[in-house]
Amino acid sequence: MPDTSTTPAPPEAIRAVPVRHPGRWIATAVIAVLAAMFVNMLVTNEVFQWDFMVENMFSDAVLRGARTTLIMTVLAMVIGIALGIVLAVMRLSANPVVSGAAWVYIWFFRAIPRIVLLFFSASLGALYSTYDIGIPFDQQIMDLFGFEGDWRFLSLDGNDIFRGFIAGLLGLALSEGAYAAEIVRAGIQSVDPGQTEAAAALGMSRAQTMRRIVLPQAMRVIIPPMGNETIAMLKDTSLLIAVPVTNELNFQLRAIGSRTFQVIPMAVASILWYLALASLLMIGQYFLEKRFSRGFGVRETRQQRAARRATEIGSTH
Amino acid sequence: MVRAEQVHKRFGHVEVLKGIDLEVAPREVMCVVGPSGSGKSTFLRCINHLERIDAGRLWVDGHLVGYREKGGRLHELRDSEVAAQRRDIGMVFQRFNLFPHKTALENVTEAPVQVKGVGRAEARERGAALLERVGLGDRVHNYPNQLSGGQQQRVAIARALAMQPKLMLFDEPTSALDPELVGEVLDVMRGLAEDGMTMVVVTHEMGFAREVGDSLVFMDDGVVVEAGDPRQVLTDPQHERTRSFLSKVL
Repeated sequence: MPDTSTTPAPPEAIRAVPVRHPGRWIATAVIAVLAAMFVNMLVTNEVFQWDFMVENMFSDAVLRGARTTLIMTVLAMVIGIALGIVLAVMRLSANPVVSGAAWVYIWFFRAIPRIVLLFFSASLGALYSTYDIGIPFDQQIMDLFGFEGDWRFLSLDGNDIFRGFIAGLLGLALSEGAYAAEIVRAGIQSVDPGQTEAAAALGMSRAQTMRRIVLPQAMRVIIPPMGNETIAMLKDTSLLIAVPVTNELNFQLRAIGSRTFQVIPMAVASILWYLALASLLMIGQYFLEKRFSRGFGVRETRQQRAARRATEIGSTH
Repeated sequence: MVRAEQVHKRFGHVEVLKGIDLEVAPREVMCVVGPSGSGKSTFLRCINHLERIDAGRLWVDGHLVGYREKGGRLHELRDSEVAAQRRDIGMVFQRFNLFPHKTALENVTEAPVQVKGVGRAEARERGAALLERVGLGDRVHNYPNQLSGGQQQRVAIARALAMQPKLMLFDEPTSALDPELVGEVLDVMRGLAEDGMTMVVVTHEMGFAREVGDSLVFMDDGVVVEAGDPRQVLTDPQHERTRSFLSKVL
């Protein structure tokens, strides 16, 4: 039995020779050389025409194009996600017809390339020249009972709506809906079934359970892939040329490039613009992730900090 | 408060409940014990219609659970009617099932606000009082993952009580807890029993059954083997199966 009455001095701290990592130094040197070569190329190659690029990449037409690109991205994602939530809930429905319909939608719109969809949605005016909104099969019903007339409330010119911005938005949003549906479904399925049971046991309805309990938790799983989708959508707005929508970012930059025969500087401008816009979207994603990770980290919340400070102040007096 | 007549339940080809008859009086605390797989949790889940029964009848507070009898036939209740029945029945789960994205207080106020339409201020006041009652007055703004298992289960009890239920169901409420945390949950349950709450408790805590329970039911293989006064059943079991089960757990 060791003597516990006198505490022995703690042992000396270990001062061992660390393991050497020569590989790390070699890798660092190789990367440093490659980086230097890259910078050297950017600075010495006359083709880049940096002054010309900076002068032209913020012209009014380009700024308007950037605005269109950003607005299109946001609107297509908002509509696409809303559609995706509806489709995901349909897909998880116990009703085989509802679930099957969602499956068919997802099957169709995931299979079709976006550029083909955009061509097609721009051509809907050729399918029907007017689009009427009213009771389906109204004329057949009227005929059946021997009446004249129709039950149509609103008549739209097909060539008028399905062009430009609206046609582009339609194509991109419908396509996004299919991808979003699968992401939302994965999110919903990641939530512990015990959560639904607990909500049911409290007397909450299915809709309340989905909105208040399941979806907020599913968001944690949904946001990272949805960030990918948003950035992919930002880039896919360059496909709008198929509609055509010409006042978007890429088209405007390229137009300057081909007009002035300065293709490379404007292509680099395009890269920088998309980098900047994607970074902007990533900042948004960061804050969304923070918002929906509440209760999953160990971080102290604002209310808790306030409560702790209040008790600390109380105890010092 | 609860009456079961020949309740049967099967999952596929497996018959889990083979005719349960029992009755729980108002203010009674009934403890249900038995080996795992005996059907005791399934029976508990039938009481608030988380599972639908295949045969027999089950009443809570005089109302058939999950069905309406009309013209000699049973009609399934609509989702909204089932939800209305569940409002009066509180349930506490083995794995707590707290809402992880909501604070303790938000967990407790969620159902009163969303289901009963209680005002937010009033719900918060009552919720804080309930958390105080289960000994968590200083933890109202904590998220579940900032609480110990015992604290989480006490929040779960407060959450169920917030709906002012007539009946509380406990599904092995202490089985997922570290041994030193079991006592704090059982203390809260003992307090509830003293206040006259009707309770059905599926548990392995024989001490709790003996001290707090008004009746004890021993289930095995989907049937009630033995039921009666807990002190009597635990000290002088009449059936061989009860005896062999108790000899392993006591």
